[in-house]
Amino acid sequence: MNPILEFLTRKRGRKKLLLSDLLSYLYLLLGVVFMFGPVLWLVLSSFKTPLEIVRFPPRIFPYRQQTVSIEGNEEELPLFTVTMENGITRELAQVRRIGLEAQMIDPLDPSEIVKVPIDKRVPVEKISFDLENYITGANRFNFGRYLFNSVVVTLFATLLTLLVNSMAAFALSKYKFRGRQTIFLVMISTLMVPLSVVLVPIFLVITRVGWNNNLLGIIVPVAATPTGVFLLRQYMLTIPNELMDSARIDGASEWRIYSQIILPLAKPALAVLTIFSVMWRWNDFLWPLIVISRSEMFTLQVGLASFQGELNVQWNLILAMTVLTLLPITIVFALLQRHITTGIATTGLK
Amino acid sequence: MKKTLKIKRFFEGISKGLSTFVVSATDLLFGSLQKLIGVKGMPYFFVLPNLLIFGIFILYPVLLNFVYAFTGGPSFFPDERPFVGTGNFERLFACESILQPNSCTEDIFWRAVHNTIFFVIFQVSLMVLFALITALVLNRKIKFRGFFRSVFFYPCLLSPIVVALIWKWLLQDNGLLNGIMTSLGFSRLPFLVNAQWAQFWVIIVSVWASMGFYTLILLAGLQSIPPDLYEAASMDGANKWKAFTKITMPLLMPTMLVVIVLSLIRAVQVFEVTYAFTGGGPGTATLYLVQFIYNYGFSSPNKQYGVAAAASLLMAGVLIVLTLAQFAARREEAY
Repeated sequence: MNPILEFLTRKRGRKKLLLSDLLSYLYLLLGVVFMFGPVLWLVLSSFKTPLEIVRFPPRIFPYRQQTVSIEGNEEELPLFTVTMENGITRELAQVRRIGLEAQMIDPLDPSEIVKVPIDKRVPVEKISFDLENYITGANRFNFGRYLFNSVVVTLFATLLTLLVNSMAAFALSKYKFRGRQTIFLVMISTLMVPLSVVLVPIFLVITRVGWNNNLLGIIVPVAATPTGVFLLRQYMLTIPNELMDSARIDGASEWRIYSQIILPLAKPALAVLTIFSVMWRWNDFLWPLIVISRSEMFTLQVGLASFQGELNVQWNLILAMTVLTLLPITIVFALLQRHITTGIATTGLK
Repeated sequence: MKKTLKIKRFFEGISKGLSTFVVSATDLLFGSLQKLIGVKGMPYFFVLPNLLIFGIFILYPVLLNFVYAFTGGPSFFPDERPFVGTGNFERLFACESILQPNSCTEDIFWRAVHNTIFFVIFQVSLMVLFALITALVLNRKIKFRGFFRSVFFYPCLLSPIVVALIWKWLLQDNGLLNGIMTSLGFSRLPFLVNAQWAQFWVIIVSVWASMGFYTLILLAGLQSIPPDLYEAASMDGANKWKAFTKITMPLLMPTMLVVIVLSLIRAVQVFEVTYAFTGGGPGTATLYLVQFIYNYGFSSPNKQYGVAAAASLLMAGVLIVLTLAQFAARREEAY
């Protein structure tokens, strides 16, 4: 066998790379293209100019025509490579275009104007990650406001979820009281009924409470997640009751036992619930869509949905705003990926 | 360096002071509450906030939904709605044959039912198949396992609207996929305009967006299979295929069951991604049950809350059966 190939396919332990290994890596490679390709395409496209974005067939990288600033012209002039009549190519800047003829000047010698038929010039292009789409988009899209709303909702909904769920889980796991079983069963049984099925009555309740167009309407109703209670209760069941008994002998109140003993011990489960809650609330779409109709109360997701409907054709701006919307959660994931993936694997929640 | 340390200490001091204050203040408050209602009363205090939110925003709407389902009329407020008994359900079932949506009074409902069944069958089987293959591959001794696992999981983090926009951009008439098609010498395809293509892509996109989650669960299931079983099998002369069919599959079955039922439940409820991706179109090609309910309750000009609620009760029935199956599957997994 070719020694180079042999070296490349050598593996620790086994002599050669097996066919099944090759197939595995091939599968994973295709998987990476399929799973991550669309996102990468979005990011690359988000840097394209309006002209480049409607180009078909599309080019992979965001090309942008080069411009030069020349004295006597207020705006920067676009650069072209021009094939002259004598066959020589020159790099010229276009001053204006009149019909089928372009008036061009040489950046090195701006005094003389050269007249060129437009089919003899090709734009000078360079791959450029210009932030123009992001800046224009953010001005029209009110990104700051939506981001603020999304952060407020995610933060407070998560804090509220952690507080009320851990309190309930504490009661359900550490006390024997009348109604305990009933409460637990009712909560678990509503796990089956998704929010989407009771849209109309839940909207009625929100209207009666007066939380339409109020961030409270997307923070409070979703805070009492049965999943969270269930997850925390299962974890708290593993904390020995003796700890509580000895604290009681020392004169600690029940609240002190909850806040000073049980909560610190339940940190791993609380961490998992935090991750889930942040993911749920950040990505919530249907619920805010129903509760919020005033644009200054939009979260990023609803804002993006309405932005898309409003502009319809200006893909370059939509794409840039989509990237901005997925950026925060991507950064969080990049930092915490190990915790997130193992958390999901062990609890089976999403 | 010294300055940042000082600032850090300062903030640490503040946060410590603040937390001590909160702890002692709440302790004082709830300690006196305990004196008032006794230790026996405290568990009720602990469940109260959760129970209040839960009762008002989940349980009460679930019960109200029954009121809507058995009353008619255009009013949004339950007390103004006349009782119609099973009228809404009869309306939904007013069909010559439920296999032909055109023969029904509520033809769109039955179209949504048919679409949903079609979607569930194909989406769940595709997803479970690919999640299983991916988990099996990731469970091998491969390099960069953490990286690959994250890549497969990443789309699960994206919101429905982001997922929809990513794929719309890819599949639109001038999109990348059509670009590849033309450069390979084919003509452009109407991916989002043609009904069959739209149905196909809705399935692909929803598999893309949620496969990673099931892959992780299956991977955890695979990793909980004790490795000495495989060693024992290979000592007994069993080949790879035999080890797979006799050890991996039977031991993974409980996890598989959970995955199948969970994905069934999610697939029946498909809404957000399709709403943002195709909006139910073209026509009613990708209109599924939840969107039918949403349209009737929120977006259509003549809202029919009763019919929407009746449809949602029917759907809840299906979901309850599926969830009970899930609990049974989980119990089996526990043994």
